[in-house]
Amino acid sequence: MRTTDRPAEAPRASLPLTLRLNGRDTTFVIEPQVTLLDLLRERAGLTGTKKGCDRGQCGACTVLVDGRRTLSCLALALVHAGADVTTIEGLADDGQLHPMQAAFVEHDAFQCGFCTSGQILSAVAVVRDGRARSEDEIREAMSGNLCRCGAYPNIVAAIAAVQGAR
Amino acid sequence: MTSVAERPATRGFIGLPVDRVDGRAKVTGEARYAADTAIDAPLHAVIVQSTIASGRITEIDESAARAVPGVVEILTYRNAPRVPVLPFDFTAPVSEQLAPLQGPEIKYDGQHVAAVVGTTFEAAREGAALLRIRYESATAEFDAEAAREIEYPEQWFGHEAQTRRGDPETAYARSEVRLDATYVTPIENHNPLEPSVTVAEWRDGDLIVHDSTQWVRGTRAALAKHFDLDEERVHVIAPFLGGGFGCKGFFWPHAAIAAMAAKLTNRPVKLVLTREQMFTSVGHRMETRQRLRIGASRDGRLTALLHDTLGAASRVSTFVEAAGGVSEMLYDVPNVAVSHRLARLDVPSATAMRAPGEAPGSFALESALDELAYACGVDPLEILRRNYAAVDPSNGKRFSSKHLLACYERGAEAFGWSDRPRAPRAMRDGDELIGWGVATATYPALRSPAEARVTLAADGTVDVASATHDLGTGMYTILAQIAADALGVEPDAVRVRIGDSSFPNAPVAGGSMSSASVGPAVQDAAQRARREAIRIATSSAGSPLHGMREEDVETSGGAVRAKGEPSRAIAYGELVRLRGDGAIEALGSAAPDGEEKYSFHSFGAQFVEVRFDEDLARLRVSRALGVFDCGRILNPKTARSQMIGGITWGIGMALLEETVRDPRYGAVVTNNLADYHVPVNADIPNVEVEFVEEPDYALNPLGARGIGEIGITGVAAAIANAVFHATGVRVRDLPIVPEKLLGAPAS
Repeated sequence: MRTTDRPAEAPRASLPLTLRLNGRDTTFVIEPQVTLLDLLRERAGLTGTKKGCDRGQCGACTVLVDGRRTLSCLALALVHAGADVTTIEGLADDGQLHPMQAAFVEHDAFQCGFCTSGQILSAVAVVRDGRARSEDEIREAMSGNLCRCGAYPNIVAAIAAVQGAR
Repeated sequence: MTSVAERPATRGFIGLPVDRVDGRAKVTGEARYAADTAIDAPLHAVIVQSTIASGRITEIDESAARAVPGVVEILTYRNAPRVPVLPFDFTAPVSEQLAPLQGPEIKYDGQHVAAVVGTTFEAAREGAALLRIRYESATAEFDAEAAREIEYPEQWFGHEAQTRRGDPETAYARSEVRLDATYVTPIENHNPLEPSVTVAEWRDGDLIVHDSTQWVRGTRAALAKHFDLDEERVHVIAPFLGGGFGCKGFFWPHAAIAAMAAKLTNRPVKLVLTREQMFTSVGHRMETRQRLRIGASRDGRLTALLHDTLGAASRVSTFVEAAGGVSEMLYDVPNVAVSHRLARLDVPSATAMRAPGEAPGSFALESALDELAYACGVDPLEILRRNYAAVDPSNGKRFSSKHLLACYERGAEAFGWSDRPRAPRAMRDGDELIGWGVATATYPALRSPAEARVTLAADGTVDVASATHDLGTGMYTILAQIAADALGVEPDAVRVRIGDSSFPNAPVAGGSMSSASVGPAVQDAAQRARREAIRIATSSAGSPLHGMREEDVETSGGAVRAKGEPSRAIAYGELVRLRGDGAIEALGSAAPDGEEKYSFHSFGAQFVEVRFDEDLARLRVSRALGVFDCGRILNPKTARSQMIGGITWGIGMALLEETVRDPRYGAVVTNNLADYHVPVNADIPNVEVEFVEEPDYALNPLGARGIGEIGITGVAAAIANAVFHATGVRVRDLPIVPEKLLGAPAS
């Protein structure tokens, strides 16, 4: 942390925020500096979304905002008022795993599991956006989601399987 | 519900590619890692670190930080609870001999100097940014080769650090072929995706900690010593880890700081290191300069091997990067000298990182053997075979089970090795030069004493408990398989509970020893529970097997059955009810033995293809194949994943990873994942993995050796060797970034 000479500011006003969170309108009252990631984890209790770097370099915090892959650590929550946000907790349908979740289990596309929420949401968007037409294309499109355990070949296999079943 | 008799016989899940039993929890976000702990209204702590490498704090101005709404406390050396400096030992593995927040002295850039505690993460973070700390700098040293203090450590983890056999200097001087080369490996950081976390809470004088640790019992012991508590009053919980790779194996000071903050505020405190802080505060792979002098006959038989390692160490840690260990045992060399030196510098402390010692050491040794092969005009694979050690040359003992030659053979055949032209720059595809490289992989098969408890419940479920961990290694799954086989149940009837210091003792999830240590303990506990179930089944009046001899019954399908009459059976759950006083519970254990007779090691062969586009200066690994001799493979699905992971680490080590410090001030300048390059998906080709499945029953009744680390060993050398084969350029300092290949000799 860098030290600065900036004086402490007066308490910030907390503002109301409503998101469509995993299909349900949800309202929070938050300070403006709260990121979408910290909102999900610390205020909404949705800890499936992970903080790996807090600066948009690892992809672990990937969620879908209005269907688009979004690094929630770089998104101020208030900016996304009214947005439709899908996290890993919202992917399974009434207990039935989403095909991408099932494919990740079948192909052992994770080890520690910490990057997995972000990988899966990223993968869902990559397939839906038509960017999974070849293994090389999958590798490229998924390169914003780091996996330190090194499950990449299995991640590619899982996504290719879901793509192939479409 | 089907009756017991109709259920199929169940046996033999060990060796099957069973899906991870924790897979569903991980793909749904339900798996709770330390930072996900559901805790009521925790405070959040954000650490502030030193911005000088040596000297002392002269002034701390907390006024602006304390004025931030929500900041409730600031811990510095002036007000932090007192904790002692503790030595590293293998019961309480305190990494640094530098008690946190106890004084103004600074030993390295990035040392914890304060923790700002707030009611929200945002408040704590802002307070941390506003904390003003002034320092007085002292002269600092960062260059290992110029260090004033060089230490010759006596041992590393109980092994001698300076060893010799024969007369290596004389043999080297008299050798027909001599090679004298120095290999350099950089600082690397583990960078698990999960940063280190401690959530600490004091309840009636007891300390409860949710921690991202690879060793709940070690963390418990270290915390107990910090706060002068009986170990039973400290409870450490870690059911899931977001990777560790060694940086969560031993105890680091942030965990003590979280407990100190919780004590001072009398509230639960959540402390998560930032990614930047992960580069200075949980260890790293020590940078090494390894000088190898190799003497050989003209046909490539080794006569002398001298391996000296200079490591860059902190002033507050005893860790040794034992890169020379591999040179003692891997090849049949009569004259060997291994030396390790540590330069004491004003830098953060190193620690074990996936295959400590073997990963940098095998880069040097296997590169040197490749150089020797070219010097002797011998095929690089043939020179490995030619120096094969049938017994462990470091101690004369037999290997418990060694099938390295089969690894070479299967790998060469699968890779097509014999089709390879030996000369560098002889293979090309369009604009790309192609090179193939090979290296030996090796890692010791370690074990530690371990215990486990198996409980059969009235509802027919099986509970397995042990204080071991699953870092993504598959531990949950293989323990379920082992218990299932021992009891004759399906793996999904087994509930495995691990990562809790109150469970039966288990070692650190490191050193590739968990499967070989905890696996047999679980097997033992399950077999004891099974024997008790059989005893009840054959001795209880209400049992259909009453009066039968124990050898006339068997267990399958979750029940005890009469041999040859499978419908005459009683399920485990019914036996528990029949017994009448609660569950059937058995404690099992396993401990190392046979060391006096055998040397226990795993082996493998790494084959790699690289492509180098000279016009674009683009270097890629295009194929990788690892063939491994690791005993019996308990789960080929998770084992393959772990090996792919290890090879991926080797690719990162060879081509990408380097932590750079400012040479003037000692600060890490690559302290984020954009500047520190771990492999991304597009960096990794299809990696092939094969196992030579020869069970090692001398090691344990499962025949299984650990597999967590061997996958990385040899990979960096195989890649460097392939790069030489492709380009004619020998790179002896990692990583092999493209600029090191510019100026390659023209075709």
